[in-house]
Amino acid sequence: MKMNKLVFPLVLVLAGVMATTGCKKGITKVTPLPGQRAAQIGDINNGAGTLPPAGTFGGDTGPGSTGTGLTTKTGGGDTAGLGEFEGMIKDPAALAAYTVHFKFDSATVQNSEQANIASVAQALVSDVNTKLLIEGNCDERGTEEYNRSLGERRALALREALAKVNVSPERIRTISYGKDKPADPGHDEAAWAKNRRGDFILLHPKAGV
Amino acid sequence: MNIFPKMTNLFLTSLIITATPLFAQSQNSLSMNEQINVLGQTKPIPVSLDGFTGEAAEVLKFDLYVQGFSFVAPDAAQYQISGSSAGDVTGRVTDKFAKKVVLSRSYNGASMRRQAHAFADDIVQTILNKPGIGQTKIAFKAQSAGGSGEIYVADFDAHNAQAVTTDNTIVAKPAWVPGKLAVYYTSYARGNPDIFYHSLSSGQRRVIAGYSGLNTSAAVSPDGSKVAMILSKSGSPNVWVCNADGTNLKRLTTGLEDSSPCWSPDGQWICFATKIAERRRLAKVSASGGPIKTLNTAGAANPTEPDWSPDGKWIAFTRQAGDFDICVMPVDGSLAPAVLVAGQNPSWAPNSRTLVFNHEIGHRQVLSVLDVFTKQYKDCVRANGSNSQPAWAK
Repeated sequence: MKMNKLVFPLVLVLAGVMATTGCKKGITKVTPLPGQRAAQIGDINNGAGTLPPAGTFGGDTGPGSTGTGLTTKTGGGDTAGLGEFEGMIKDPAALAAYTVHFKFDSATVQNSEQANIASVAQALVSDVNTKLLIEGNCDERGTEEYNRSLGERRALALREALAKVNVSPERIRTISYGKDKPADPGHDEAAWAKNRRGDFILLHPKAGV
Repeated sequence: MNIFPKMTNLFLTSLIITATPLFAQSQNSLSMNEQINVLGQTKPIPVSLDGFTGEAAEVLKFDLYVQGFSFVAPDAAQYQISGSSAGDVTGRVTDKFAKKVVLSRSYNGASMRRQAHAFADDIVQTILNKPGIGQTKIAFKAQSAGGSGEIYVADFDAHNAQAVTTDNTIVAKPAWVPGKLAVYYTSYARGNPDIFYHSLSSGQRRVIAGYSGLNTSAAVSPDGSKVAMILSKSGSPNVWVCNADGTNLKRLTTGLEDSSPCWSPDGQWICFATKIAERRRLAKVSASGGPIKTLNTAGAANPTEPDWSPDGKWIAFTRQAGDFDICVMPVDGSLAPAVLVAGQNPSWAPNSRTLVFNHEIGHRQVLSVLDVFTKQYKDCVRANGSNSQPAWAK
């Protein structure tokens, strides 16, 4: 991988030139800038790193991981380790009818959504080999990272609601898309209401297991 | 304060007086430029620009405008900037108070843009006695309508943008390692929002936070040794801190819903957005842990996305009152937040007076650069799709 010219060293060199030359009245100083073309960071084709192969990151990753510290307490508490969900097959259609919607800027699961929660719980109870991915989403009326946290809190609130009807939180994984994955690309209240949601993705064991 | 109108009068009369006392006034005006900076209300320094064409003229106008200069006719200018961009950039700056050439320089090598940026930096250094931002870098997120995107790095004006990632997935919140060619960012490449460290010189990257749930909003401490971030592994999105390589992980907050940590320049504090009694607030917590302290942002509803200026004086953030606005307030709370322009995601330049942010034009986000003192801003060129979450390299 070819390493291209770097910018910061150039800036430092330039700063050094400026600091040492100064400016005297009426005398034109020349500031040479290295290279014939704009300096580049990395290379468009070579700059992107290579992802580790999928097999190497089963489970929680990151030094200091407490991925083995699974908890059995209901709701709250540590989330299940990602490794438990490695390779499972997503079935977005199975529970699509039970998507839960939220009020603006709220992660409270409304009473009117309890039927959906019960239906999702029923599906998980009826097949103990399945697990669940909850996708938290927001409408566009919130800043990006704020919404990423709000979407996660929505997904976690649904996980707690399922825990209350006796679904083990260890079977549930959450992901927040913030406002990056709207169900409706519109920019009005009708679209926003659809986008403030938690989608349930049923996870089947991977083939051959 | 109305020093500037007075200065203008002085300036106009000064044209017919002798040079020696005027030089003293010129020195005076330098210190005044520094003293009267008021958020959103500072008058720009009037300069004239002659002899430059094409890209060089465009770069000079952009760079100077977003660092507090305005362009006027030569006879109304406090400083006359003249020169040529035929072949290489050559330029000089004449102080009209002092009737004196204060900068005369030519440039060669690199590109026309780079030469013009270098001249703009020399102009800023000469007039404001502070380093310019013309040759600094930003990172940002470029996103398609479908939601997937890539992390880019570019010149601060978004020219020469280059993709850092090629994953075609959702990405978020790039953050530079201070003084290094390296960034952290969030990527959903592995099917979960994980935080990556990515060296731009070697092209190598690795996951430093890939826990169950949310891993996002990396912010690097000023000395580069620590990373603050948002993790939800313990059941709610909170501020955590770890070493640069991801080790030594520690939870700092326990509220319901936190986002967007940033560091104080002394590395002692982490400021972040939180929710208390279902109201959005800004708060800070010691980087080594302890109770959180809420910040007073009275007058600016629903604050999120704080960014602490490198000089330690200001906190920029986004308020939401219907639409989004960029606000800046003094860290010490001595002034109410100033609401500056419509936009989101403010990130300070190394000069602690210019911000890069994004705002919506036709349902797409466009990067823009704002001088917080004069409230002058200019939109950047747009890379692919919607551009947001800019981070200024420091």
